[in-house]
Amino acid sequence: MSTAIQRGLTVSALALMSFSATALAQTPPDVLAVGQVAEPQSLDPHAVTATNDFRITVNLYDGLVRFASGSLEVEPALAESWEVSEDGTVYTFNLREGITFHDGTAFNAEAVKFNFDRMLNEDHPYHDTGPFPLSFFFSAVQEVEVVDASTVRFHLDEPYAPLLSNLAYPTGLLVSPAAVEEYGEDYGRNPVGTGPYQFTTWEANRQVALEKNEDYWDGEPGLEGVVFRPITDGNARVNEMLSGGIDLMVEVPPDLVSTFDEDPTFVVHEQAGPHVWFLILNMREEPFDDVRVRQAVNYAIDKETMVNDVLQGTATVADSVVPPAFAWAYNDQLEGYPHDPDRARELLEEAGYGDGVDVTFLVTQGGSGMLDPVAMGTAIQADLAEVGINAEIESYEWNTYLGIVNPGLEGEGHMAQMSWMTNDPDTLPFLTLRTEAMPDNGGFNSGYYSNPEVDDLLEQARRSTDQDDRAALYREVQEIVNEDAPLAIIANWQQNAVTTTAVENFALEPSFLLDLHEVSKP
Amino acid sequence: MLFYIVRRLLQAIPVLFGISIIVFLTISLIPGDPATAILGAYATPENVAELNRDLGLNHSLPIQYTTWLSGVLQGDFGRSFALNRPVAAEIGDRLGPTAVLAGTALVLCAIFGLIAGTAAAVNQYGWTDRILSVVVLIGISTPSFWLGLMAISLFAVWLDLFPTGDMYSLFGGGGLADLLWHLALPATTLAVVATGVVARLTRATVLEVLRQDFVRTARAKGVPESRVIRNHAFRAALPALIPIVGIQAGFVIGGAVYIEEVFQWPGMGRMLVGAIGSRDILLVQGGVLVLASAFVLINLATDVIQSALDPRVRHR
Repeated sequence: MSTAIQRGLTVSALALMSFSATALAQTPPDVLAVGQVAEPQSLDPHAVTATNDFRITVNLYDGLVRFASGSLEVEPALAESWEVSEDGTVYTFNLREGITFHDGTAFNAEAVKFNFDRMLNEDHPYHDTGPFPLSFFFSAVQEVEVVDASTVRFHLDEPYAPLLSNLAYPTGLLVSPAAVEEYGEDYGRNPVGTGPYQFTTWEANRQVALEKNEDYWDGEPGLEGVVFRPITDGNARVNEMLSGGIDLMVEVPPDLVSTFDEDPTFVVHEQAGPHVWFLILNMREEPFDDVRVRQAVNYAIDKETMVNDVLQGTATVADSVVPPAFAWAYNDQLEGYPHDPDRARELLEEAGYGDGVDVTFLVTQGGSGMLDPVAMGTAIQADLAEVGINAEIESYEWNTYLGIVNPGLEGEGHMAQMSWMTNDPDTLPFLTLRTEAMPDNGGFNSGYYSNPEVDDLLEQARRSTDQDDRAALYREVQEIVNEDAPLAIIANWQQNAVTTTAVENFALEPSFLLDLHEVSKP
Repeated sequence: MLFYIVRRLLQAIPVLFGISIIVFLTISLIPGDPATAILGAYATPENVAELNRDLGLNHSLPIQYTTWLSGVLQGDFGRSFALNRPVAAEIGDRLGPTAVLAGTALVLCAIFGLIAGTAAAVNQYGWTDRILSVVVLIGISTPSFWLGLMAISLFAVWLDLFPTGDMYSLFGGGGLADLLWHLALPATTLAVVATGVVARLTRATVLEVLRQDFVRTARAKGVPESRVIRNHAFRAALPALIPIVGIQAGFVIGGAVYIEEVFQWPGMGRMLVGAIGSRDILLVQGGVLVLASAFVLINLATDVIQSALDPRVRHR
């Protein structure tokens, strides 16, 4: 070997060694790097709808109430306590005193009023700082009244039991009025809350960085800072995790969970949440106007194979329109539909479709909470074919898909995939199964299900302020819906995340929110 | 010379105008609308219609186009729907990273392509030529996104020599060394195909020059071979090689879209992919227009350099 080549090799080896020394340097202690699935749209909690954005906003802001750790029960946050009037239309919140937003603005009843007025009153001076897609969560609120600096009263036009859970949802997080006034349209990039962490920088497509709020009312946070990095591709997220560039990654692709399971330097976290993945069946057209055909679809689909093989254990079998995460309202007596192709064929025979029937099946190519829609669609197609239902798949990109499905399935297709993540057992049935919720009325009942009994039960459940009463009503709803089969309910998503062993006190929440207040990384 | 530059600049205006129309029409033909993308799954048809009205998307295409164009001419690209931020600010943030990545790849492809092509031409049908031809063929035929993924698996995850992505280290980085370290994999990956193309065309061009009389004369006069190649052949081939490299600039900018996605490079390519996904019309239009203008300007610059080296070009 000539000396020139030798020298060259030595130099490059040295260069590589110095590089690898840098590569092995992990993220610094006390700062958590989180691998997220996308760039946030905005950090204005009233304007965003994606779990991806919620994971950041819940660490920047507080709401009046919040979900207690490990459950979907509501507990006090910025409101110390509250009273609900007898008739369920007036909620009085007693606010925690001495709290300020990160910019020094005082948190008080005026600030609470500002937040809800901004979302709900079109003539509010800061209403046009963004579309507020989830403000319908609070549409029952007629007026927010400032009683005194630390008391605020919500007047509803009718009783609305889900109000508290909706206030605990990220859309109910409270922003600093002064910051909204200062930044106007740019508020979403300059967020100011009262949360455990405060905003420092947002570099386009690189990172959103937060630092510790030393004066946090609920105790000092465990980390000096948090950095959220958008890494869209699941494999890239895994690579980044393996090479030490991030400490926590969410939404691990099903195929790769085992990579981390087998490695002792990582911890895999799993948590079922209030998510339902289902098929909407179009009841306005043949063949799904016949309950027997709808039931046949339910019997035909092999949900066990779906969750275990197609989704590789990242979901559990679902059988009710209320997910088991809402333990108090979930009907655990419900049998659901087992995989029984023979029973499906019998029902089809009875309904006059013994020779088979053709249907159009709308499938999306991706989308928030949709898991693996194309693979799932294909598996369903195969299951249906086995009993004589020939489903022709039409697949669309998510936005286009929503544009077709949300306005109603009539004339578009016989069945369609959909999924919902909710914060209250009321949300999904109320918005997708009521007669009043047909798409022409601005609802999401795209399959046109209508059963006066269900309508009535859901109305009653909203008006009742007693949780046991509500639970009984929802259980009844689940039974009727199960029998009528307006949907084919397939799976509940088990969300997952991976952390390195250095991350302490981390747990996924049933709410699917990412609470980092107590997390530390010494 | 000045007249030539002005003439070429004026010629670029209708090209950019045409691009703006094509971009505008293409985006409006994509199914799905921005309002649905912004509002997400919980958007009722009413909300969608209302937001489309607010965004001015209920106007006819010609009105939307002229409103947009008159803004652009005044330097206002509008406001990104999905990010709720001025398009110009968003592009401003992304332009630098893309320029660094594409620029480095272009320099790499020019250096290695020219050297390899010349070496192959000089040793026509020799071992160097054969090996280079095979390497070049592989380089040209390998999809760059696949190469990127392989490079990440090997050099970032397995050997842990380079970072898997991003432009700077998240913590404590930020200097030139840090940038170069992050640049190594994506820039090399991006340069591979272009290097192959440049090498191939350089080989053909240099071969052509080597067959010409003045080279034969130089050799006959006893000029050493290395000087024949360097001072006669390569210099004579250079004006023809400049546009070859210039055209690669376009491919490199286009390829950057994939590479940025694979390596999480915070540039225009990633921005565009995201913007197309969220039907962010103004951001896509602004981004594509800026990239197209860059392409036009690079071509212009190549022509100017070429004409400086070879005045005959000016009078074509």
